[in-house]
Amino acid sequence: MATIEIACRDVSMVFATSAQPVQALAHVSLEVERGDFVSLIGPSGCGKSTLLRLIADVLQPTAGSIEVRGGPAMRARLAREFGFVFQHPGLLRWRTARANVSLPLEVGGWGRRHVPPHRPDDLLSLVGLQGFEHAYPRQLSGGMQQRVSIARALVTGPPILLMDEPFGALDEITRDHLNQELLRIWAATGTTILFVTHSIPEAVYLSSRVFVFTPRPGRVLEQVKIELPSPRAPAIKDTPEFVKHTAALRRALAQGG
Amino acid sequence: MPPAGRSPRAVLLRRLLLPLVVIVGLAIVWDLAIRVFAVPPYVVPAPASVGQALVKERARLLDNAIPTIVESLGGFALGNLVAVAAALAFVHSQVLERALYPVAVAVRTLPIVAIAPILVLLLGNGYAPKVAIAALITFFPTLVNMVEGLESADVQAMELMHVLSASKTEIVRYVRWPSSLPYLFSAMRIASTSSVLGALVAEWIGTNKGLGYLIVLTTYDFRTALLYAAMVVTSAIALAFFFLVSILEWLLVRWER
Repeated sequence: MATIEIACRDVSMVFATSAQPVQALAHVSLEVERGDFVSLIGPSGCGKSTLLRLIADVLQPTAGSIEVRGGPAMRARLAREFGFVFQHPGLLRWRTARANVSLPLEVGGWGRRHVPPHRPDDLLSLVGLQGFEHAYPRQLSGGMQQRVSIARALVTGPPILLMDEPFGALDEITRDHLNQELLRIWAATGTTILFVTHSIPEAVYLSSRVFVFTPRPGRVLEQVKIELPSPRAPAIKDTPEFVKHTAALRRALAQGG
Repeated sequence: MPPAGRSPRAVLLRRLLLPLVVIVGLAIVWDLAIRVFAVPPYVVPAPASVGQALVKERARLLDNAIPTIVESLGGFALGNLVAVAAALAFVHSQVLERALYPVAVAVRTLPIVAIAPILVLLLGNGYAPKVAIAALITFFPTLVNMVEGLESADVQAMELMHVLSASKTEIVRYVRWPSSLPYLFSAMRIASTSSVLGALVAEWIGTNKGLGYLIVLTTYDFRTALLYAAMVVTSAIALAFFFLVSILEWLLVRWER
C-alpha cells in the first residue's frame, strides 16, 4: 500500500465577496500517493487553483479537512514540505536568477539550519539554465523565468511540488519543451507532484492520475488513471492509447457541463 | 540602446548639447526683448549683467549659498527619513495608517508660507526652522509614493513569501522594500528640488543669511542683477541635488535599467 502524501476530505470553500458569497469548492475528497504525478483538470473558475492554495495553507477551507504528509497543512508549510510554482513566475526582479533560486534558503534562515540538498547552480543546470546564473529576470524569456521559478521551488528539496498552471501563459512550443523537462525532473527527484492545468493533452502526457472537476462549485467528477508507460517521450502523443485517454478526459469534462 | 552608427559618446553629447542650445537661445531672446522694448535694468536686467553679478559677487553668493545648501540637505534628509519610517509603519499597521494618513494630508494642505513664521516663532532664528520647513515640504510626496511603493509588491511574490512562512519583517526586507525603491526615487527627485524651495521660503523671515534672504533684500533694493544671479545659483543647487538623486538611483536600482 502506497503512502498517502496529500488527503483532502469533504473540503468546501466559500469566498465572502461584497455582492454574495461564492462557493468555489463543494465536498471535494481526493488522495495523492507518494511519488505520483497527479493533475487536476477542469474549466476555468472551477476552484482547482483554490484547492492548491488550501493544500499550501495559503487559504483556510470553510469546511472539511486537509492533511499533508500525515499532519495539518500548516505543519507542512512551516516544515517546507512542499514547493509552489505559480502561473506567473513571480520572480524578484532585483535578484539574479541564482539569487532568486536561493531565496527560500535565506527566508527564515532555512539554509543555515539545514543542509541544502541542492546547490542553486546545480538546479539551474537541471532546468537547463546553465550560464544564466547572473541574469536578471527581465533579461530572461517567459519560459526561462518559469524554469527559474521551478528551480526555486526545488531548492529546499521538498517531497511535494504544487504547480498552479505553471505553463498556462507560455506558447505551445515552450510548453511542450517544459513538459518534457518536468517529466525528467520528476524522474530525477522522485517528488510527488500535484499539477493544475486546463489542457487535456498536458494532463494526459504528464500524469499518472487525473482528477476531473466540474464547473463552479468545483467537485471531483471522475478520477482517471493514465495507463501509459513511463518514461514518456513526445512521440507518445501520436499513439492511439494517448488519443484514447484524451478522448476519455474530454468526455468526462463534457459530462460536467 | 543607441541606434547603429552613433556611439554612446555622441548620444551623451547630444543630450548635453541640446538643452544647452535651448538655454543659450532663450538668453538671446531675453536680451533682444530688453533692447526692443527698452525695459529698464532695475525691472529686468540684461543677461550679460546677470553674468557680471555672478562673477563680481561670487563671494557673497557663496556665503549665502552655504546656509541654503545645509538647510535643504538637512530638510531633505529629515523629511524623507520620517516619511519612509511613517510609510513602513503604515504598511505594518492598518490602524496607524487609518489614524495618521488623514492627518498627514491635512498638514499638507496648510500653506507653507503661513507655517514658516509660526515655525520661526517656535524654533528661533537658527537652522532649525529652515530645516523643519524644507523637511515638511519633502515629507508628503515621499510618504504618498512610499506607501504606494510598499504596496506595489507582486501578488505572486507575496503568496510565495506566505508559502515560505516568511515573517512580516522578512516580507518587507525581501519583497516590499526593493519593490518600493523606484517609487522612493521618483519621490526623492521631486523632493530634491522642493527642499531647496522650502529652505528659500524659510529664509524670507527672521534671518540675515541664505539665498532666500539675499533674494528678498535685493528685491527691495532694486539690485535686480544680483537678484537674478541669486536665482541662478538657487536653480543650480536644486539641479545639482536632482542629478545627485538620479545618480544614486542609477547606482542602486540597477535591475530596472
